[in-house]
Amino acid sequence: MKVKYIMNGGIKEFDIQPGEVLLDVLRRNGYTEIKGNCYMGTCGACAVLINGTPKTTCTTLAAQVDGAEITTIKGIGTITNPSPIQKAFVEKGAVQCGFCTPGTIITAYALLRKNPNPTEEDIKKAIDGNLCRCTGYVQQIEAIKSAAELLKGGENNE
Amino acid sequence: MNDFETIGKSVNKIDALALATGQPVFTDDISFPNTLQIKLLYSPHAHAIIEDIDTSEAEKLPGVKMILTYKNTPQVLHTTAGQGWPEPSPYDTCMFNSKVRYVGDRVAAVIAESEEIASSALKLIKVKYNALPHIFDAEEAMKDGATVIHDEKGISGVYDSKRNLVAHVEVRAGNLEKGFEQSDIIVENTFETQYAQHCPIEPHVALSYLDDYGRIIIRTSTQVPFHVRRIVAQSLDIPVQQIRVIKPRIGGGFGVKQEIILEEICAYVTLKTGRPARILYSREEEFISARTRHPMKITVKIGAKKDGMFNAIKMYALSNTGAYGTHGLTVVSNAGSKTLPLYNKAPNVEFIADVVYTNLPVAGAYRGYGATQGYASLEQAIDILAEKLNMDPVELRKKNHIRKGETSPIFQALGEGREGVTQHVQSEVIDKLIELGTKEISWHEKWRQKKRTGSKVRGVGMSLHMQGSGIPLVDMGAASIKLNEDGSVNLLYGGTDIGTGLDTVAAQIVGETLGIKPEQVIIYASDTDMTPFDVGAYASSGTFISGGAVLNASLKVRDQIIEVAKEMFGEFNSNEFILKDGKVTSPRSSKSVTISEIAYQTLYVKNHHQIMAINSFVSPYSPPPFAANFVEVEVDEDTGIVTPIKYVAVVDCGVAINPELAKGQVIGAVVNGIGYALTEDYKFGDNGKMLNPNFMEYRIPSSRDIPEIVPIFVETYEPTGPYGAKSVAEIGINGPIPSIGNAIYDAVGIRLHSTPYTPMKVLKALEERR
Ligand code: FES
Ligand code: FES
Repeated sequence: MKVKYIMNGGIKEFDIQPGEVLLDVLRRNGYTEIKGNCYMGTCGACAVLINGTPKTTCTTLAAQVDGAEITTIKGIGTITNPSPIQKAFVEKGAVQCGFCTPGTIITAYALLRKNPNPTEEDIKKAIDGNLCRCTGYVQQIEAIKSAAELLKGGENNE
Repeated sequence: MNDFETIGKSVNKIDALALATGQPVFTDDISFPNTLQIKLLYSPHAHAIIEDIDTSEAEKLPGVKMILTYKNTPQVLHTTAGQGWPEPSPYDTCMFNSKVRYVGDRVAAVIAESEEIASSALKLIKVKYNALPHIFDAEEAMKDGATVIHDEKGISGVYDSKRNLVAHVEVRAGNLEKGFEQSDIIVENTFETQYAQHCPIEPHVALSYLDDYGRIIIRTSTQVPFHVRRIVAQSLDIPVQQIRVIKPRIGGGFGVKQEIILEEICAYVTLKTGRPARILYSREEEFISARTRHPMKITVKIGAKKDGMFNAIKMYALSNTGAYGTHGLTVVSNAGSKTLPLYNKAPNVEFIADVVYTNLPVAGAYRGYGATQGYASLEQAIDILAEKLNMDPVELRKKNHIRKGETSPIFQALGEGREGVTQHVQSEVIDKLIELGTKEISWHEKWRQKKRTGSKVRGVGMSLHMQGSGIPLVDMGAASIKLNEDGSVNLLYGGTDIGTGLDTVAAQIVGETLGIKPEQVIIYASDTDMTPFDVGAYASSGTFISGGAVLNASLKVRDQIIEVAKEMFGEFNSNEFILKDGKVTSPRSSKSVTISEIAYQTLYVKNHHQIMAINSFVSPYSPPPFAANFVEVEVDEDTGIVTPIKYVAVVDCGVAINPELAKGQVIGAVVNGIGYALTEDYKFGDNGKMLNPNFMEYRIPSSRDIPEIVPIFVETYEPTGPYGAKSVAEIGINGPIPSIGNAIYDAVGIRLHSTPYTPMKVLKALEERR
């Protein structure tokens, strides 16, 4: 069967198998910026925004979100035009292996849109589902705080 | 302290932006049409002979290309350890074995057109097992009459396979018996550490394909590309020449990707079919069939004089390597060699260790590499001694730790599967680490105060640590550098960045030496066709060994640049030139030329040649980084929950070439260690099957589990390291078990003798105390 998503702003059509999860469909179609393979919703590496809310794609049926607006990390900034939050992750040493990074950044991006002044607790709570084995989270939390400052300073969250 | 341009500066990690914007840089981010998918069948038995495998039904399934078992694959005994040659680990496994030795041992591989077909075909394979008695307990393994786990013909490197004894180590200095006789106080502590997994968020994955000349290219998530090439060649019995290994970005390793587990199967499929092949572990497979930390039971006995001076230390380690002996000998050796020299004031020292096979998952290299297990026991024994002496544990350590200029007989006696190399410590820093840590945690205000709020009691604990920097006279790295017209350089080196930031550190070293910006260093690393050799990322060798090679190559290029400058300046007798800001300047004549001009000169104008150099680095030194860790915990006497409140890690890693990256290494290791201390554990069923192979039931720390973490660096200058640096990646993981254990004791007076420190264990100990 076929589904349509608004992928990072553009309409795309995909062939899917019944029962297929979004993670597999999108990775197969070249959205390899989505990571993760726990398939239990436990690592957060596969998170994207579905209609603006961070969701794990490994626990989302592709058919169920037909028509949805999906944003991956490439939808918020690219290597030639990174978003403030991506820049903050780079500057604060928040990227080690970088495998968890897309999921964590997309989650933090959603947090900052909802709450431009998050406390440390808010940040920890938001990225609680994004496991990182490298950083120990401290620099990630600093990066998210710094991104909040950048955004308040007038930089655009896109 | 030093006047450097880029060393000691937190330049941005050079791959960070690519990673933060989701570029396709990981192994599995590229794919080829026509790729065969590989899925593995695992043993449901802990110990059994495979009487027969019937793959006929599975083979009939449309889309199944072939099925591999011990019957149709090379039976070459080797080790998966991924170490240098000759390996100190036993040759005790083939790609597939006719005997299975743990639940999770692999039995067969299905190769099919899709993952779905491969998975369906797995269910159609019929295996007839002849179950054997199994051993799950390390002590049982050595007993007379215990079933023999490795009785196959031709295995080598096993100390005594009839007794399931992979390795036995005995090292002595002084006279232990006399040492204890002449001690006023003797304490003994036994501590048991558990099975744990590295949990890189990217699991093992490999992709192989043929190039235009029919050679096999392996793109793999590995810490050791050059060892992969050598060991795959060995186990497939093909020449090294026929294989190229490429390491892209790696999604975390921590030791587990030193193991060569999947590459050989993948390469074999490509060799047999000529088609691309891919294999990716699931999270469950990563838990049950990759590698784990060696669980150990370590007894430490310390004899001391009344004034607290250590007189004798005895350490006995029993290590469980699981079904195969990979890293068995070397990890246990490090339990002694990376701990005992720290307390070199004891003239009488003994280290004895046994490493046994059991029918449980296979242990391998894991960040900390035995030192973690050694310190878990030693650093708590010291606190027990301090209490008996009625001394502050901080003061007791100060009396006994190693100092600048000093050595320990253990350095020489206990190496990596062979004799070690004598080391003299070059920094007088431990007292300073302790001083800063005690201050940051408010030790003197909090120790023995047992501050209580309802059922919750606070306590503080500390521990001291050292590690190494590469394996002396064993680990080697090499690098090559060439100069381009615009003053940029290409660095090609074998160093293996697995997320630590080594490539960035390498760029800084080149930049500093040649007087150019780190951004002008174009890096291509760890590709066995393109780059020089390097042993890879293990033993805390990155900055020290690979970085040392990069420095040596840079120095040669620097000399070549200066030669040209001399000619251009007409200053043939001068040797003093400054390379800075992309220019070479002669202080004598104030003449100056840009490095770009030098490149143009040599490439196009006169005395034409390519400025380039290759150089290597191997060292008789393995300078230990040092650390003092302090923690404040809260123990809830009602629930048994232990919560770290604040964690202070004071570290001497020499010069931190990139402080932000060094900080990340320390914090990451500490959090990994906190998980190991408090929650992470394998639960086994009666048949030896791991029952919790997922992140729901095997709990690694999340953002909400971390305490306030304060990393503090005390800079020293290590004369044997590149720009004064030594290692930093592993040492941080050794602190949480002993310092949290000591803090629990300080809070509520219970001494736990095994990790993880679960609420149940705490409640039970509290009960017993009453
Ligand atoms: S793969 Fe989706 S949460 Fe882990
Ligand atoms: S940076 Fe490696 S898992 Fe987060």
